[in-house]
Amino acid sequence: MQTTRFPARATPSERMADFIAHLRMNGMPLGPTEGAAALEALTHVDALSPEEVRRALKVLLVPDADRWRGFDALFDAFWFNLGKTREGTTQASVHSRSSRPTLWQPHFASSGGDDTEADMTPSTEDGEAEGVEGNLIATRTEALSQRDLRNLMDEASLREAQAAARKIARAIRDRRSRRRRQARRGRELDMRRTLRAAISKGDAFDLHHRTQPPRPMRIVALCDVSGSMTVYARVFLAFLKGLLDAQTGAEAFLFHTRLMRVTQALQDHDSLRAATRLSLMAEGFGGGTDIGAAINALTDRHGYALTGRSIVLILSDGYCTGAPEALSQSLARLRRKTRRIVWLNPLMGWRDYAPVNAAMQAALPHLDAHLPANTLDALARLEPEFARL
Amino acid sequence: MDQAKLKHALAGVGYVADETLVMALHLAMMLGRPLLVEGPAGVGKTEVARALSRVLAARLIRLQCYEGLDASHAIYEWNYQRQLLAIRAEEAQEDTLFSDKYLLKRPLLEAITQEEAPVLLIDEIDRADMEFEAYLLEVLSDFQVTIPEMGTITAVTKPVVILTANGTRDLSDALRRRCLYAYLDFPDRETELAILTARAPDLEHRLAQQVVAVVQALRREELEKTPGIAEMLDWAAALSGLGVNDLSGDPKSLQATLVCLLKTATDRDACPSEVMARIVGKVA
Repeated sequence: MQTTRFPARATPSERMADFIAHLRMNGMPLGPTEGAAALEALTHVDALSPEEVRRALKVLLVPDADRWRGFDALFDAFWFNLGKTREGTTQASVHSRSSRPTLWQPHFASSGGDDTEADMTPSTEDGEAEGVEGNLIATRTEALSQRDLRNLMDEASLREAQAAARKIARAIRDRRSRRRRQARRGRELDMRRTLRAAISKGDAFDLHHRTQPPRPMRIVALCDVSGSMTVYARVFLAFLKGLLDAQTGAEAFLFHTRLMRVTQALQDHDSLRAATRLSLMAEGFGGGTDIGAAINALTDRHGYALTGRSIVLILSDGYCTGAPEALSQSLARLRRKTRRIVWLNPLMGWRDYAPVNAAMQAALPHLDAHLPANTLDALARLEPEFARL
Repeated sequence: MDQAKLKHALAGVGYVADETLVMALHLAMMLGRPLLVEGPAGVGKTEVARALSRVLAARLIRLQCYEGLDASHAIYEWNYQRQLLAIRAEEAQEDTLFSDKYLLKRPLLEAITQEEAPVLLIDEIDRADMEFEAYLLEVLSDFQVTIPEMGTITAVTKPVVILTANGTRDLSDALRRRCLYAYLDFPDRETELAILTARAPDLEHRLAQQVVAVVQALRREELEKTPGIAEMLDWAAALSGLGVNDLSGDPKSLQATLVCLLKTATDRDACPSEVMARIVGKVA
């Protein structure tokens, strides 16, 4: 394997710093402390053996399972010249595609420079996906066309969608637990603790209080960004952002043929950077859908997000390339792990729409609610529905 | 102890570890940092700590986490009853009331007050609350505990700390940064066979191969609870206990012993005897 050629004057610590920067640019939360720790760790292993160094840095620098799987590729890219990192440092400039590190280039091979055009018009693959009578049929191809989502956060209507989402999030946020917990300022006295403290102290009574802690319902939103949903994608993304803004602990995912966690990308305060990160993630945006597989991926890989207090929100039109039975099974599994499953369907608002396609038929028995979401008004009207859940 | 020796020693106590895990343990001991082990249920996360304690001939102190675990269960508590009795008997002076004699040490305090460095296993940390996790950070970074009545107790020896988690909840970034990390996945066929041979040396080689192949095949099926290594070992023990030495010849006891592998009703239904016959037929 070809090794990367470094400038001759680069010291090992400089190279390590560059490697840390390279990892950081690829989404690992690392700082100077980690760089120092990495150098220290190398003194305890055979630093001349690439495999040992790889393993040592892996256990030291990787924070979670997702990045555990991706580390080897990043390591190879840096040390074995499989991709060239950008000169200089981490000033993540997002203005033009060409300034992205070449490491990512293969993913964008299919899209040329004309991302503004691809923005609104569906690519040819999506065009084929639309049937003769204008019925939307999802395709299995993972269309690599990039939708540029950069402009998604600066329109008035998007703001409205966000506001509607915030209202919904608030409606289900203010819940109190039935249990009591000790608190500095609580409404009631905690007699048990007061007496207990008095036993160990002797004469004086220290008053202990207790209160009902807040137990908010948490939203886990899954947004379909497949070909048939492209027209709604921007407004739904704004909707997701609204949900995340109003609720700590809410989680957001996008799915088409795969599932991606976008919570952090959407929470980014820098909206330009957020848009860039989203468009990076939404590679294959506008391809087919496999809702069942996406839901399975949620229960398997992101199970921590699902508790007895979570509401799963699925934003999809229900056109799915997977088998209806698979969808039904995956929903049944999800059902056992969450409190409520709500399906928001943009087709619901259409005149004469009935959920007759196989996928929706399979899904309906597992849902707590199947609600329309085709217009901003419809989104705004959801609030009382959620307050009831 | 270098890595090759560590790996060998682990194998000696019946734990087959891959290179990355050995590296993680090696660095955890060298750098004195806690090691966070994640992975699906039943891949031997807890067992890592047990094996390591046996290799180091150190004590294993285990803290099982659960929702609502608090400092008085994890660190220390005063023995009030004993203090009261001592006061009644007037044998205690005020200044002796808060001394070692009346202190109930819980796992974390116990781990840092040992003469010889123990292995501290904090099991299923993701079940504990966020608040406890924050408290744990303090203990794990300084290895000291402050008891208001007695002062600060600093670790005599640094324990080797191993935390396990399997994704009940997302852990805080602070905790992840403080720890080394290793992800254990289900082993491949050779590794699993090595594990089985290490654990059950008396098992016939042919049966061992069949057992491993069937379990590997079952993991590829879509099951609710994928059978782990522990289940595989149980199953092998059950089969050898029943005197089975060829799976394909004995579908009845095969079906009967599946209780060791499949732990939910749906999974049982998903693997009727025909399906099992197909799987066994493939591997035999």
